[in-house]
Amino acid sequence: MSLVSGVEAEAKKVPYRAESHGKGRGATSHAISLLDHRTLRRSLMLLGLALVLAFGLSVFVGRYPAPGVIPLERLATDELARRLVFHLRLPRLLTALLLGMTLGAAGMVFQLIFSNPLVEPGFLGVSQGAAFGAAFSIVFLGGTALFTQVSAALFALLGLALSYTLARRLRYGGWMLRLILAGIAVSALFSAGLGLLKYLADPLTQLPEITFWLLGGLSGLTWGKLLSTLPAVLLGLTVMYLYRWRLNVLSLDERIAFSLGVAAGRERALLILAAVLPTAALISVTGMIGWVGLIVPHIARRLFRADTRFSLPASMLLGGVFTLLCDDLARTLLPGEIPLGILTSLFGAAIFLFLMMTQPTKHVTKGA
Amino acid sequence: MRTPILSFRDVSFGYHVGHPVLEGVNFEMRPGRIAAVLGPNGAGKTTLLYLALGWLTPWRGEIRFAGIRLSDLSSRTRGRHMALVPQSEYTPFDYSALEYALLGRTPHLSPLEMPSEEDVDIALHAMEQVGIAHLARNPVPTLSGGERQLLLIARALAQIATPPSPTTSEALLLLDEPTAHLDLRNKVRIIEIMRRLRDAGVSILMTNHEPDVVLAVADDVLLIEPGHPPQFGPLQEIFTAEALSRVYGIPLRLLQTDGHRHVVWT
Repeated sequence: MSLVSGVEAEAKKVPYRAESHGKGRGATSHAISLLDHRTLRRSLMLLGLALVLAFGLSVFVGRYPAPGVIPLERLATDELARRLVFHLRLPRLLTALLLGMTLGAAGMVFQLIFSNPLVEPGFLGVSQGAAFGAAFSIVFLGGTALFTQVSAALFALLGLALSYTLARRLRYGGWMLRLILAGIAVSALFSAGLGLLKYLADPLTQLPEITFWLLGGLSGLTWGKLLSTLPAVLLGLTVMYLYRWRLNVLSLDERIAFSLGVAAGRERALLILAAVLPTAALISVTGMIGWVGLIVPHIARRLFRADTRFSLPASMLLGGVFTLLCDDLARTLLPGEIPLGILTSLFGAAIFLFLMMTQPTKHVTKGA
Repeated sequence: MRTPILSFRDVSFGYHVGHPVLEGVNFEMRPGRIAAVLGPNGAGKTTLLYLALGWLTPWRGEIRFAGIRLSDLSSRTRGRHMALVPQSEYTPFDYSALEYALLGRTPHLSPLEMPSEEDVDIALHAMEQVGIAHLARNPVPTLSGGERQLLLIARALAQIATPPSPTTSEALLLLDEPTAHLDLRNKVRIIEIMRRLRDAGVSILMTNHEPDVVLAVADDVLLIEPGHPPQFGPLQEIFTAEALSRVYGIPLRLLQTDGHRHVVWT
């Protein structure tokens, strides 16, 4: 049997819309309105406002002088309250903010580049490398804050470098699959090493320290620690933000990206670096903070749709809000501080399950 | 004679040393025509398409686009004149169809540039050209197979569009099995679209498994017969019952009804 007789007859009946490629304002504003850019931009502004409010609120929330909010006049009269806010709380809040923004943006970058909604920046041996590095410093190098930070950052980058080199040498599957496999293997190596270090560690002094670092937390953050992370963090955030539209293209199949004239390999490497460097710098001072990089991009896409031109900045802002609020709870809920990593994992996992159980049937853009 | 839009000169290629997939490929494709690459499974049809794109580099020989060696073209220039339409594409993310078509504008933008309103216009117009402008807001994962294929073509059209004229004569579309897995109605739509693009001056190189689709739309045919140098020429000359029977290894006949030819097997 043949198709073509039917083909000829049907071809004439296929309806086409009149071609109205007008260069006038009318056609233009019609096309752009289909993308809802104005609504998305307004929602981003609202989200930015929410972040400012969350930050403002966090400055006053704490357990001094009593659990709750510090009254403004207290700040004016109480020297201790002022010192507490400026020397302890402010650097801590700024770190929480930058940590949330970085993890949110880096998670989005990883999910797009690996075209996989289930990866996050700790992937590729980065998190396990940092954990091993911190434990190594605690057990063998005396565990001063500086050593732990440098060691964690170095091993995080070593994890990335190892994953990358291994992936190049693997003889199995496509590039992305090889990276994922290499990342899993390197993470497993570091986590075995971590287990060994925990076994070797002094159970009274070193083990609690390792455990505390693994749970992650922002207590003891100083301006100095914050400043040491700033160059990597600001650079990484800027690069990711500037690439916010291009990131869409980098999520496409390599051959399609090539057809679009994009050297996808090079640009992906640049963005992975822009995501991993600030992540490594921050977790080296905060310890492991789970789930932010995984869950925040999902919420951002749910609210702002897939186009990373908007969902990437949204992911940054949402990450900031999420981490700030979690840290507020970490500081105030109990007399002793709750490790931040526990709370981000708890709420992150809860929100994740909620999102998965309420898949939207209609795709509408909601304000934040 | 006008410069060929695409020319292969003595091109050989293989994925493993000592095992060439294609050998001695020679052809010159004139602009504004539809050429179909035909051959059995595994003969190297898609490989040929990726060689034309520049994604694969030939072992030997030379490939030129509009008279320029492929290796001498900057990737952005190449991207503005040559677009790949894959057989299928998967995205786990909920892009709207218009956002997806807009990605075709990439070679017209520098890495940090955002698409302008004009780019959005061009993308929507490309969707109009293939008749899916009404789906602009629909999420890609909710589109049917046929609609997705049309969207991939629209993205390619947005890619080669150079304002003010929506298409350029120095544009080549590379279509990998554009009608595979499509029902009759969608096949007809794709065929009709390819014809209209050709009439607008776009050159098309496509791989295809279906002799009937090739008969309906192709001007030229590149017939790949395993173990022999591929033959290239006008449809009437290359597309014969003997050649097809030999290439596919089964007896095939060409029938003529109402002025149209059909391939039948017995």
